[in-house]
Amino acid sequence: MANKRVDAATNTETVGHEWDGIEELNTPLPRWWLWTFYLTILFSIGYVIAYPALPGLHKATEGMLGWSSRGQLDDELKSAAAERAKTVAALKDMPIEQLPQHPELMRAAVAGGAAAFKVNCVQCHGAGAAGSSGFPNLNDDDWLWGGDLQAIQQTLIHGVRQPGDDETRVSEMPAFGRDGLLTPAQIQDTTSFVLSLSGREKPSAASQRGRAVFEANCAICHGPEGKGSRQFGAPNLADAIWLYAGNRDAVSSQISNPRHGVMPAWGTRLDPVTIKMLAAYVHSLGGGEEFAPAPAGTETGAEAAAVE
Amino acid sequence: MTSIVERHKKLEKNVTLLGIGALITVAIGGIVEIAPLFWIDNTIEKVDGMRPYTPLEQAGRDIYVREGCYVCHSQMIRPFRDEVERYGHYSLAAESMYDHPFQWGSKRTGPDLARVGKRYSDEWHVQHLKNPQSVVPESVMPQYGFLAEADLTVPDIKANLTALREVGVPYTDKDVEMAAADLKAQADPEADAGDLEARYPKAQIRDFDGDPSRLTEMDALVAYLQMLGTLVDVDGAAAQEELASEHGR
Repeated sequence: MANKRVDAATNTETVGHEWDGIEELNTPLPRWWLWTFYLTILFSIGYVIAYPALPGLHKATEGMLGWSSRGQLDDELKSAAAERAKTVAALKDMPIEQLPQHPELMRAAVAGGAAAFKVNCVQCHGAGAAGSSGFPNLNDDDWLWGGDLQAIQQTLIHGVRQPGDDETRVSEMPAFGRDGLLTPAQIQDTTSFVLSLSGREKPSAASQRGRAVFEANCAICHGPEGKGSRQFGAPNLADAIWLYAGNRDAVSSQISNPRHGVMPAWGTRLDPVTIKMLAAYVHSLGGGEEFAPAPAGTETGAEAAAVE
Repeated sequence: MTSIVERHKKLEKNVTLLGIGALITVAIGGIVEIAPLFWIDNTIEKVDGMRPYTPLEQAGRDIYVREGCYVCHSQMIRPFRDEVERYGHYSLAAESMYDHPFQWGSKRTGPDLARVGKRYSDEWHVQHLKNPQSVVPESVMPQYGFLAEADLTVPDIKANLTALREVGVPYTDKDVEMAAADLKAQADPEADAGDLEARYPKAQIRDFDGDPSRLTEMDALVAYLQMLGTLVDVDGAAAQEELASEHGR
């Protein structure tokens, strides 16, 4: 170049440009930087050959490694499934009521259930399964529908109040106030009686009147002592555990215009093994009950009815 | 060598020429990265089941945009194991083909919502929108109870659908004609929805906010949330196999 010269002050060559007397020093890039730059160019060539890169008419070049993000995901999921395969196969064949006799398997099921619970259940039942107003606490031993492994599994598979599922858990408490089955005064009396069952209110004249209303209208499901019935999914009213709240407003509101919560029928969404795991996990939370075989009489009775 | 440098000087001294040169250089990058998205199969693949939003879902979607839900919630499940196991099957390009604008989002303060449809009950959604902390104590989501108080007012739903049609959403003439009626009918179990379900397959017709007497913004938003990710059967074994075996992505 024409005007290259060595700058006296810095002893560095200029690049040869000159603009109104302003010149630029030609300070070379550090060698390590330059070589790293050349290496990245080499790397990109290798990358383009190995991985999908250049767009074509229908898709990008496939790359020699045949990699795809979806393919990688598929591999990861398959290898994860393969790791679990033995446990899953064992769980699949095992009737859930026999699970407690296999502690190893039970532990695996509880661990798997804990993971599945975090994904599917915590939004309603809470991260610690403690529930909230309208969503049952699963840590306690107060069960609406039964707390042995089989009953929990049944609830999981068929859900609660799921239309179109024949075996779903359904209880339909009448709207005593909305439908005019009881007068407002009767509802207040009944509320007093219900609250007196768990000692939240002292027995009074109102609760005495309420007892009669309760026995005529409520006892058929909740039992004469208000202890509830799992057959009907009727909650125990005599304990300190409340699905909504154990105060006057909540109880009278539930009597006059009951809310009916729902739970998805997970049988249509999750595979049977995951459901078994979830049942084991929920059972393990603290309130799990021993499996009690149904009395033989009722079982065969139901079957006979089905046959007929 | 000298000649190139000399010619480059011409470019450096002529601002118009420099501008054109810079534009061409930048355009090459743009064309290579963006243009193929308009023709490669991955982004234009047709997927069975996709349909335009019903007027009610569209109204809910507008509320979703209005309230800035996209600031904290993404609608894009990426093909990673942790996301797929938590949120469901990864999103397909076609699943946002009728989104104007799309709601992929860029940040997850809350969870991804691409497949939130039918995962929870309407009651859960209503309670959660009114007071998120009542069902998820650790949530930092604001409360949206006012949606249940506000009547759903869409000044001209027909115009909304027409505008969407202009940008390529295949609403039929009848869809546009019936828009106002559809909007009301979908949230009213008492009303005759007509052929709403035939025109919008898998549309969920019911009262969403627990107050059948009114059509509120809550109805619209819950209707929108309940359909997210439910249109395409992505979990079929054949679909899985095919997607995983495709290369060149």
